[in-house]
Amino acid sequence: MATIGTLSRQVATPLKAERHGDRSIASIAFLIALWVALAFAVVCLAVLLIDSFVKGLPRLDSNLLTRYSSQVIPESAGARAAILGSMWVIVTTAVLAIPLGVSAAIYLEEFANPRRWYNRLIEVNLQNLAAVPAIVYGMLTAGFALAVGLRRGIVLAAGIALALLILPVIIITTREALRAVPAEIRDGSLALGATPLQTVWRQTLPSAIPGIATGTILALSRALGEAAPLLLLGGLVFINYDPDGLFSGFTTLPIQIFDWTGRPEDAFKEVASATIIVLLVLLLAMNALAIIIRNRYQKRW
Amino acid sequence: MATYTTTDTSQKTGTPMATDAQSTSDVSSDGAPSKAMFEPSANSRRSGTLREKPNPLIECDDLSIFYGDFRAVSGISMVFGKNEITALIGPSGCGKSTVLRTLNRMNDLIPGTRVEGRVSYHGQDMYGKEVDPIEVRRRIGMVFQKPNPFPKSVYDNVAYGPKVTGMKVADMDGLVEDALRGAALWDEVKDKLKQSAFGLSGGQQQRLCIARTIAVKPEVILMDEPCSALDPIATSRVEDLMSELRDEYTIIIVTHNMQQAARVADRTAFFTAQAAEGNGDRTGQLVEYDTTLNIFGNPADKRTEAYISGRFG
Repeated sequence: MATIGTLSRQVATPLKAERHGDRSIASIAFLIALWVALAFAVVCLAVLLIDSFVKGLPRLDSNLLTRYSSQVIPESAGARAAILGSMWVIVTTAVLAIPLGVSAAIYLEEFANPRRWYNRLIEVNLQNLAAVPAIVYGMLTAGFALAVGLRRGIVLAAGIALALLILPVIIITTREALRAVPAEIRDGSLALGATPLQTVWRQTLPSAIPGIATGTILALSRALGEAAPLLLLGGLVFINYDPDGLFSGFTTLPIQIFDWTGRPEDAFKEVASATIIVLLVLLLAMNALAIIIRNRYQKRW
Repeated sequence: MATYTTTDTSQKTGTPMATDAQSTSDVSSDGAPSKAMFEPSANSRRSGTLREKPNPLIECDDLSIFYGDFRAVSGISMVFGKNEITALIGPSGCGKSTVLRTLNRMNDLIPGTRVEGRVSYHGQDMYGKEVDPIEVRRRIGMVFQKPNPFPKSVYDNVAYGPKVTGMKVADMDGLVEDALRGAALWDEVKDKLKQSAFGLSGGQQQRLCIARTIAVKPEVILMDEPCSALDPIATSRVEDLMSELRDEYTIIIVTHNMQQAARVADRTAFFTAQAAEGNGDRTGQLVEYDTTLNIFGNPADKRTEAYISGRFG
């Protein structure tokens, strides 16, 4: 009977949670602090966005997309050269960075023996490279261009600098995507007598492509918003021609925005705000694409 | 008394092993009652043609397997017979899966694995310098514990092996059909060959994996607990399939399920883990290897008897 007595006493005790302290002053204060931090971030972002939209919307017209920048009449200056320049640079970056990054990741994930010291060294340095400031890659590329006798301010140099910048990110996300492919798939393929290379090419890589695409697009959208290394390379600001090749001079949206916002005329500030909207739309579109790819091709193992 | 003598069994199954049974019958006279639970099924060898000694196809001679410095399995010597089903049983961590993966060099894929002793296939040293592990795996296929179809269609799952191994196939459709029929799956999937293999049930997926394996026409199929992720009905279908495949293939199966070994296997090997002196690492070793009838009816080793009667493991 003692058991039943204990049991009924347990049931009779009210299920109140006071003792666990979720309503103590300290925890409420902590919760408020979290909210304030979040609100600060959101408010800052909102102010920036609203400011850009209010200033930029009147200038968001066809002039912005079709005309070149102008020192003489800022009221009708456009970002045509910057939009095209950004596209040239980003495509060059993608062409350079994706094959290199994916191949490096495949080697590290599928073939490298983690017991070898040089593979571990590469591993550690990869994490460090991802944290190197962007401008350092600009300097590196400038030095490289000087060494091989190229001009710095060309599309190719910008592509190299940005590709170096995002290479570690692409390698890391690709490795994560490859690692997410279950070992059973590899084992199944190898047990049938497929070679390791066939297994990577026909099983692991196709399964990992959604993850690789997502990571790559996010990395490219970071490169698209980058100004520092390109400024160092000497991206041009007032150009009135379309870039037409890898050795053409260029400007990009972030450089153009940076330059315009530094000028005293109000008209330049307006066109800068309008260009910020264009850049934001492009970035959001790329991130949306990454999310769509991730959701549509997500594998349920 | 529920004493189970081998003489009874040999009469039931008609296997000509009476002489064997008589010579050892006194060992089983202490008769643990639970032995009858694992009475080898009459199906395990319908025709009663089991040879006294296996016709050697794969031979292990003093085989030891190491993971780095850790000795996982020690001193295994056994012969796997052609066109027989051999079961490896034993408690967890006794090294039976490790031994199985050594037989088609899947263990090579785990860095730091080392093999001592000799494994031979048709008399050739499987770990010889000139041996290509890819070629070994083409001849000795493997089915895994968890059904692992590729994220492709049913058809492509089966056609994958012949394509990557460069088999000269005049009629791929026919080959796919044959493999699926061989795995007793054709009737269930013939209308959804182009659909994803992930749409099949677990049991169908496992039979698809078997179909995929036989599509490359191996000589041996290794199965690593092939039914542990399946329900009883799917399990019995896979077991029936194994019995059918025995005529063409040699099957070596690791199982945790003693009834399964008793039902399907011609011969059974019992492994256990022995704590090493000194560091206390547990090393797997072979305790007893005999016909399934003897292992379950009349084990020679006390440890085997304790295991099959459910006293440990």
